[in-house]
Amino acid sequence: MAGKTLYDKVWDAHVVRQEADGTCLLYIDRHLVHEVTSPQAFEGLKMAKRQPWRTASMVAVPDHNIPTKDLDQGITDPVSRLQVETLHENCRDFGVTEFNIGDPRQGIVHVMGPEQGAILPGMTVVCGDSHTSTHGALGALAHGIGTSEVEHVMATQCLIQKKMKNMRVNVNGKVGKGVTAKDIVLAIIGEIGTAGGTGYAIEFAGEAIRDLSIEGRMTVCNMAIEGGARAGMIAVDDTTLEYVKGRPYAPKAEQWEAAVSAWRDLHSDADAVFDYEVNLDAASIKPQVTWGTSPEMVLAVDGIVPDPAKEADPVKANSIRAALKYMGLEANTPIDQVQVDKVFIGSCTNSRIEDLRAAAEVAKGRKLASNIKLAMVVPGSGLVKRQAEQEGLDKIFLAAGFEWREPGCSMCLAMNADRLEPGERCASTSNRNFEGRQGQGGRTHLVSPAMAAAAAVTGHFVDVRQL
Amino acid sequence: MEKFTVHTGLVVPLDRANVDTDAIIPKQYLKSIKRTGFGPTLFDDWRYTEPGEPGMDHSKRAVNQDFVLNFPRYAGASILIARENFGCGSSREHAVWALDDYGIRAVIAPSFADIFFNNSFKSGLLPIYLDASIVDRLFKEVEANQGYQLTIDLAAQHVITPSGEKLAFEIDAFRKFCLLNGLDDIGLTLQHASDIQAYESKRKQTAPWLFN
Repeated sequence: MAGKTLYDKVWDAHVVRQEADGTCLLYIDRHLVHEVTSPQAFEGLKMAKRQPWRTASMVAVPDHNIPTKDLDQGITDPVSRLQVETLHENCRDFGVTEFNIGDPRQGIVHVMGPEQGAILPGMTVVCGDSHTSTHGALGALAHGIGTSEVEHVMATQCLIQKKMKNMRVNVNGKVGKGVTAKDIVLAIIGEIGTAGGTGYAIEFAGEAIRDLSIEGRMTVCNMAIEGGARAGMIAVDDTTLEYVKGRPYAPKAEQWEAAVSAWRDLHSDADAVFDYEVNLDAASIKPQVTWGTSPEMVLAVDGIVPDPAKEADPVKANSIRAALKYMGLEANTPIDQVQVDKVFIGSCTNSRIEDLRAAAEVAKGRKLASNIKLAMVVPGSGLVKRQAEQEGLDKIFLAAGFEWREPGCSMCLAMNADRLEPGERCASTSNRNFEGRQGQGGRTHLVSPAMAAAAAVTGHFVDVRQL
Repeated sequence: MEKFTVHTGLVVPLDRANVDTDAIIPKQYLKSIKRTGFGPTLFDDWRYTEPGEPGMDHSKRAVNQDFVLNFPRYAGASILIARENFGCGSSREHAVWALDDYGIRAVIAPSFADIFFNNSFKSGLLPIYLDASIVDRLFKEVEANQGYQLTIDLAAQHVITPSGEKLAFEIDAFRKFCLLNGLDDIGLTLQHASDIQAYESKRKQTAPWLFN
């Protein structure tokens, strides 16, 4: 019998029961909750007079609606405020732990969770948020769910789910200097396409992945969903254990030792069989920039914007035409000639301390280019913000002309006041370049933190390695 | 949840691949704490020529006459056809609620994003995947024939064209059962509460750190 993949192992350990057609009840260890996708679920519980099955599995934090400046004035948008207050009331009514505004632990749910040690290797993790895939970086099986499933997990501690197929993406060899986790994952999405991972759990493997810190691995797994996969995972190694050890929710003393010995098995067996396998050569990956309105529309920084006339598939040619029109770009334009108006450094993809360090290194001693209307840095959590300030990163950003903001989801999806105006072009470290994502009519180009900072100081996309 | 058995309805063709959930329902409407009322802002950025915000009277906004949902011939459509990877992006179930609230009962496409696909069944919206060449043919037939309707027979797993042709589709037995009967997942799962409890007690022995 063939060995098991990492996904097989975590899946098998959580099956409560299986029906004849393969539908399973999968036990969920950790349920992260935010204000946008939970109110209707809590309401459903109340209407049915149900209690959460295991309240201790839940950790809640408001993040999507949180203003990133003038927090002392509270949330001025009444609709946003009601949603955040509703989360607070629901947490109070059901006894759910919440890190509310003003708590230094408050931040983007996918930054806060691992930071608190609330995500452990081998766990099943859900959240009503597609970027829950982030937590696979710790060897957890984590994926986003809809609000009905949020309610279902609250009420039953289980998900109704069929097993996905196994895909492995090997990033072989080492990346060059200046090439980051973000560039790796954008290159992967460019290779497999935005639906390439549909129906799969993706394991990211290979030397370039093992070389990444946990923060880098989170960036990669975060965007598994942008390749269509609900879950991305990475095998547990010493880097994982060092990251988890000592965090508030992590096991202690003898329990830690027992957990570590169990976690050591959280890797794919040598003879495990994958339904699909993709190989990338790390050394050939260059800094990436998306040009279009889907994350698969990505180029190396020395690339040129594609020409629909050269695309044989009519559906794809139509997509290219629509994207060029929306993005206000001409076919065959070198991407490094494209000027930007705004720069956003933040989001659950790239707002952790290493991301801010990488951006600060580029910003240090430089100034925003004159065409940049706004460049903002939004730390992923209060604790990331505090750490960055202790390291003096805020001073570097401020001296260069960036704004230094309070933690939250911010302009990744523009549910708060941070947004693009119609036609504005943004170099963004977030995860989605969909039409209107950062504000109606806004034009998003996804890049790494270093590349975003480079665009801020030069005014256009540029190969950060040549700065 | 509303039952889905047999449905006949007008078909609207949305000729785009990778229709994402940000396009289906833009973020500003996710601030609602309700499950209803998303229909008027379905495809908001495409459907109207001016920006929309929650609380507006959407019936007074200027509509984009070039957007297919606004064509008079598709008024009252309840079946949407689209290209590959429909519903990609965010997990927002509001996308399903918006389609449902607008009156869409089924979406037919060559493929769907996983989370959207899964969410659909929770609100009685039926996502049907058919071969890309068949979907392509449906696009041509819809565009060529005003008032083009399809019938979806879930029990038989058939999409039936006006000429009587039966296009077979696949669906999980469990999902089909729930849709046909309009069943609530939670009630069904809680019938297995003793299994969940048994799993938990065993797991507390082998991995106690998961229950701290």
